[in-house]
Parts: sequence; C-alpha cells; structure tokens
Amino acid sequence: MNIKKLISDLSTIHGVSGDESCVVSYITEIIKKQTSLQCINNGNNLVVNIGRREENKKHVLIDAHIDEIGMIVSYIDEEGFVIPSNIGGMDYRILPAQRVMIHGTKDIPGVISTVPPHLTDGKNIIDSMEHVRIDTGYSEEELKQYIYPGCTVSFDVPFRELSETCVTGKSMDNRISAAVLTELASVLSKEELNCSVSLLYSASEEIGQRGAKTACFEINPDIAIAVDTSFALTSDEDKKHCGNMTEGPMIGISPTLSREISDLLIAAAQNSKTPYQLEVMSGMTGTNADQFSVSGCGVKTCTCSIPIKYMHTPVETVDLTDAENTVRLLAEFIRMVK
Amino acid sequence: MLEHLKPLSSLYGISGNEDMVREYIIEKIKDKCEYYTDNLGNLIAFCKGRRSSERKLMIAAHMDEVGMIVTYINSDGTLSFDSVGGINDDVIAGRQVVIYNRNINGVIGSKAVHNMSAEERKQSISVSKLYIDIGTHSKEETEKLVSVGDCISFASQYTELGGGKICSKALDDRAGCAIMIDLINEGTEFDTYFVFTVQEEAGLRGAVTAAFGISPDFAVVLETTTACDIADVSGAKRVCELGRGPVISYMDRRTIYDRELYDLAFHLGEKNNIPCQTKTMVAGGNDAGAIHISKSGVRTIAVSAPCRYLHSPSCVAQYSDIEMCEALVRLLITGINEL
Repeated sequence: MNIKKLISDLSTIHGVSGDESCVVSYITEIIKKQTSLQCINNGNNLVVNIGRREENKKHVLIDAHIDEIGMIVSYIDEEGFVIPSNIGGMDYRILPAQRVMIHGTKDIPGVISTVPPHLTDGKNIIDSMEHVRIDTGYSEEELKQYIYPGCTVSFDVPFRELSETCVTGKSMDNRISAAVLTELASVLSKEELNCSVSLLYSASEEIGQRGAKTACFEINPDIAIAVDTSFALTSDEDKKHCGNMTEGPMIGISPTLSREISDLLIAAAQNSKTPYQLEVMSGMTGTNADQFSVSGCGVKTCTCSIPIKYMHTPVETVDLTDAENTVRLLAEFIRMVK
Repeated sequence: MLEHLKPLSSLYGISGNEDMVREYIIEKIKDKCEYYTDNLGNLIAFCKGRRSSERKLMIAAHMDEVGMIVTYINSDGTLSFDSVGGINDDVIAGRQVVIYNRNINGVIGSKAVHNMSAEERKQSISVSKLYIDIGTHSKEETEKLVSVGDCISFASQYTELGGGKICSKALDDRAGCAIMIDLINEGTEFDTYFVFTVQEEAGLRGAVTAAFGISPDFAVVLETTTACDIADVSGAKRVCELGRGPVISYMDRRTIYDRELYDLAFHLGEKNNIPCQTKTMVAGGNDAGAIHISKSGVRTIAVSAPCRYLHSPSCVAQYSDIEMCEALVRLLITGINEL
C-alpha cells in the first residue's frame, strides 16, 4: 500500500489518547495483509517483531505513537450541551465552530458553540477549556442514550491533498509516523538483518508518554528510535527551532539522546543518499525518547522526526516525501546495526 | 421539500462571486418562471400566479455567503487575505478552505501551541496575521496557481446533527434560496417576484438594485437570523431559539418592519398552527434594510429561520423551522395580496 493511502486512512481514524483501539485494529489488518509478521497487542500498544531475537544480536525498537490530541466528555448539561475536558495540549482559541465527533455507543457529530459576530464585538475569545461546549443537536435525554462521561471526542475533519505530496488533516501527529513504520515493516520483512527489530505503535504519548514507558520496559531493547513529528518552519515560527518541509527527516541531537545513535542515523542517511536535517535540542525532547533512554538500565536512544506544520490543530500538514525519506533512512539504519 | 438545501449549502459563493449558486438555481427554476440576471448578478424570477393582483410582491433571499478574498502573495508562497462579510477571526484559524474560482485546496494554520508564550495564548486571533497555506514553497510557485482577488470559502461538510438539526456553512442564506426554489416550482397563488440577491454580506448591495428594478409594493425577506440559545446564555440574550418556528422581527439594526405585516405573520401562524417567535434583542440586519427604503418606500417583513453560529463554517439550524418558514411565506403571499 502506498504511503498516501495509508495516511489518508490513518488520519481519519479516531484514537484520542486512551482510546486507540481503532488505530490498532487498522494497523494489525494492514500488517497481516502485507507481511507474515506477528502482531502482539498489549493494551493499546501494538508490537510487531521482525527477525529472531538472539543473545549476540542487538535488538532495536522503532516507535511511533498512535494516539492523538482531543477531548473527553465530562458532563452533559440539562439542555444537552456537552462539557468536555482536553486530552493533550491545544490552542483553545481556534476551537469555536470546529466540528467534532463524540465516540459513544455510536459516533455523534457535534460542533463547538460560539457566539456570532452580530452579538459580540469579536473579542469574546476562548482561551481555556472552561467555556468550551459541544452542540450535538440532541436534548439531554436523547444524548444520554448514546454518550456518557468518559467518551472521547476527536476533531471531525477530512483528509485533503494540498498538492501532489503535501497533505492535511487531523492527527498527522503522529499517524504519519505510524504510516512510516507500516511501510518499514513491508520493506524489512523481506530482508535478512543483522539485528532483530520491534516496531512499537504506542498509546498515550500526548498525556505523558505512558504507553512508551511500559512497552519499552517489556521489550527491553538495546537501541530505541522515537519516530515523531516536529516543527516545520512557517512565517510565524522561529527558524532556530524548526526544520523545513521537504528537506527530509530531522535527526535529533541532545544531551539526553545517544550521540552514537545520532551519528549512526547521520551515516545511514549519507549511505543511502537520503536528505536529512539535524534537530538540536538542549535537554528533554518532548517525545517518547524521554522514556526510552531511561528505561531499565538505559537504552541508547535517538529521535527521528518528520517536519509538520500547525501541530496540534485540525489542519496539521505534512509532506509525503519527508515520510518516504524517513522509511528509507530507518531501513538503512537497521541494516547498519551490528 | 427543501431538497435543494444540502446541494445549495455546499456550493461556494462569497459576496461578489455567486455564479455557482446562481447557475444551480437557474437550472432548477428555468421551466417554471420568467427570469433574468441584472447588472450586479441578482437573479430575478417572475411567477405568474393563479390569480392576478394590483399589488406587486417581491420575495428575496440572498445567494452570497461570508468568506475571504486573497489580498497578497507572500514570499514563502502563502496567501494573505481579508474576510468578506462579518466573521469572527477565531472561526477562521485552523480550518480547511478552498480557493474556489481556481479549485485549489488550502489550510489556515496557526503557530504550534508548544511554541507560544503564555501571553500569546491569551491574545485574540487577528485575521491580519493569518495566512493560507496551499502546499507551495515560494511566491513564484503560488503565482502559477492563485491570483490576488481570488475567492476563498470554508471547505466544510454538511452534517445531520441530532434532534432534526443540520450543520453546514452558508445556511445563511441558502435556506432562503431553497425555500424560494420550492415555491417557484409549486407555483404561487398570486403573481410574485422572487429575487435571489447578491452581496448581502458586503452591505446589502444587490437588494438595492433588485428593489429598484422591480419596484414592489410589498416585500418579504427570507433569511436566517442569530439564535444564541446555547449553554450558559439565558433570557433575552438568547435572541431566538431553534425549534420554536419562524422568527418575525419588529426591528433590527437596519430596519423597523411594517407593523401590519408583522401582525399578519403572527396571525397567519396562529391560524395555521405554525408557531412563530420574535427576537429578544435588536441585532443584525438583512436585505430588508435596502429594500424598505427603495424608491418611495416598500412595506417589508422578514421571515427568518433561527440559526446558531451564523457566519461560521458550522451554522446549525433546525430543519422543521425552515419548513415552517416555507409554509408561512406561502400563506403570506396570499395574506398580503388580500390585506
């Protein structure tokens, strides 16, 4: 399956942190269709093992989190308006009039309430979750037949192509990396490797990298790569802290990461003539790598990030050439691990 | 009934470029009336009634919707833009849009929240700082695809919500257009002019020339109006409510409506089991503002479907309210002619 088809499916599937099972089912089905690899499901973490694990071989963990930011139903008021809490960080100011889907006993579409310009001076900004309300059209009584506190809420936005390679939708962070791992499974399943590999599709990154913590403890790898998205330059961002769209995966360098692995990733990029960028961080990375590096007695860890614009909005935008180059880089990296 | 509401709402037509909407409507009414398009783009249809009357009646709904227009192409290939019609800036950021006269998709993004200062997170969003990303990387690349002056619409889905409600862009005022297509197709009791106006959202421009051209004695403006019956809003501030029938205004920011027609609407509603409501705040304005002061004055009434989140990509209206507006206008055509 090509990466565009994968990401168009993965972007529209819902999987707010803690509720990733639909994403797990989809990926399991694709892996089974394309390879003979086994899928192991533990909670909402999904692990796909490649190659036999042996004493004298390195074991490499390649991770992509599959959860997305969203909301969770906290209360339904007497008129049927839903009061949600946020899951993950977002810019609350862009929430008014956004479309959402509430995942109850069936999916219930809704829209976030707002006051029209005719009745305001345009200054009534929503800058916290406190005033966010979801309108589903239903009365309290009707709505309670379908949803209840604890149901997750995702943005309801279609996948769209801006150009041949530039695509937009919700949860590109981090389904684009899940698509990369799935392609990587197809590539590596046909090869003889000098190491063994676990592909980890991890849950609950957006609420504190929780899936990664337990899965990494269980897998106990020698090397771990967190594949995630990172900031691409736009006119309102600081170029010192951003990569550029279409210029390839961003290889992390940080005091908290293994410089040995960063260097090996750079060598793999050069070997395979894959374009790459460096992402220098001065401490923690804000990714699952922060869990991997201190897991057990320590894991040699690095980040590999795909540039993304408008992170944590319903219009996250990525370029597929960056994703394809990430597959290429990671495949070469794994071939080089001895 | 109202089979045209969904396709009409999904068509793109900001003020000044309503062509797509007009073409659709002509296709649906051409065999049922005489029609012409005036110099501004208003579509004017005349329906011969089963009975004729001395009184000239005009019914109007606007075809245009709020949107945006491209004002500048930036060096990084993004587009600066301005809004067309009154839109709160916070319903513009973080959306998919379409530059519809070129069939180009875009997004209006915003800086990642991770990189904002606490102060930035509290600032109101300003359209002057927003830009549209069409997936290009340079001014030259963008200039091959888009030009300054191009028209931008929200790319939003038409969704059925609970309780017989619908959510879409442009219900304001494709709801009115959908009703008029129905009325033209079923034929009217009395001779009636139906006017699909342009540029309402840009300051009631189309209605000025349409009313001048027709010179009616009476006018009914078919609209949607601001309902604010949402959580944490009570009393008069709700303005009007979904599910409580057509809204008959006594006054808004542009018009004081004809009192006899106002009373007639409530009277007809009561006699025919159509619940009617009025607005509990003087707010907004519509084509009536231009029509009622045309030439030596036109006796005017507005019949509106209550609608939440007006001028956003996600207007919410109740289907039964729009149906009842249609029923009430049908009665008003006869009622006004028999006054």
